[in-house]
Amino acid sequence: MLAFSMSRLHRKQQATFAVTPLIDFPHATLEMPTVEQEEATRQEIEMPWNVIVHNDPVNLMSYVTMVFQRVFGYPRERAEKHMLEVHHNGRSILWSGVRERAELYVQQLHGYLLLATIEKTV
Amino acid sequence: MEICRQDEALEIRELDPFLAELLRQVPDSAQAKDSQAAEERLFSAPAAPEEKDLCAEWKVYVVPELRRLFQSATETVRQDLEQLQCTGKPFANCNLRIPLAHADAWLSALNQARLAITASYQFSDHELCDHYRSPLGSRRDLSLFQVNFYGFLQEFILREIEGNG
Repeated sequence: MLAFSMSRLHRKQQATFAVTPLIDFPHATLEMPTVEQEEATRQEIEMPWNVIVHNDPVNLMSYVTMVFQRVFGYPRERAEKHMLEVHHNGRSILWSGVRERAELYVQQLHGYLLLATIEKTV
Repeated sequence: MEICRQDEALEIRELDPFLAELLRQVPDSAQAKDSQAAEERLFSAPAAPEEKDLCAEWKVYVVPELRRLFQSATETVRQDLEQLQCTGKPFANCNLRIPLAHADAWLSALNQARLAITASYQFSDHELCDHYRSPLGSRRDLSLFQVNFYGFLQEFILREIEGNG
């Protein structure tokens, strides 16, 4: 599904590049609506879901940091930053992207017994 | 009690009978049993309730997989704990050797137990931070001590894993 989504995006990009006018003339203007539409489509396909980890008073801070490193491959500093965000703010967005991968991350986080959910970015 | 790293294992030496009994209870404590609160914490929802389809599919496809994962970890721990039954004297201190290869299983089982106990007794944040509370007052106090003792073991295992990795 990830491959399918990415190939759709790739096709969309190719199509947009083909119709975007080149600036050959002094009075030529960029077609901003096309760019905005492209950006909107890109976001819709690429970043529709957030992976969120919620605070709970039982999981140890060192354990949560280790889990973030293992699941997302984050370096220790970044994992600790997210852990502290969870601790102080009650939640942290760990990752954003396509739904299937977000679900997979949440499944892994549940395997480590963290409170994790996915939610739409908009 | 003394905990140390010995080659490719963690060793808990001079474990007194009280703490040994708490360790024996890890696999059973890790089960939600009849506690709905514990069940809901161990198998939490993947999204807000409005995402009905996702939550329903999660219960069908993911929860059984997680249940197998958790049971596998507690079974490994249960086998390691068989070492605690070999002493000739009933109240003698004993030793426990945890292979480093089982460290993840122990982390999982200890976490399951801590979460299930906390959910069952609905401990407050204040209670969980009160490390000086006597474990002898009531079953609730004993369970809180259990949560903290298991947390202490988790910290030690984590430290050794990080030192190893």
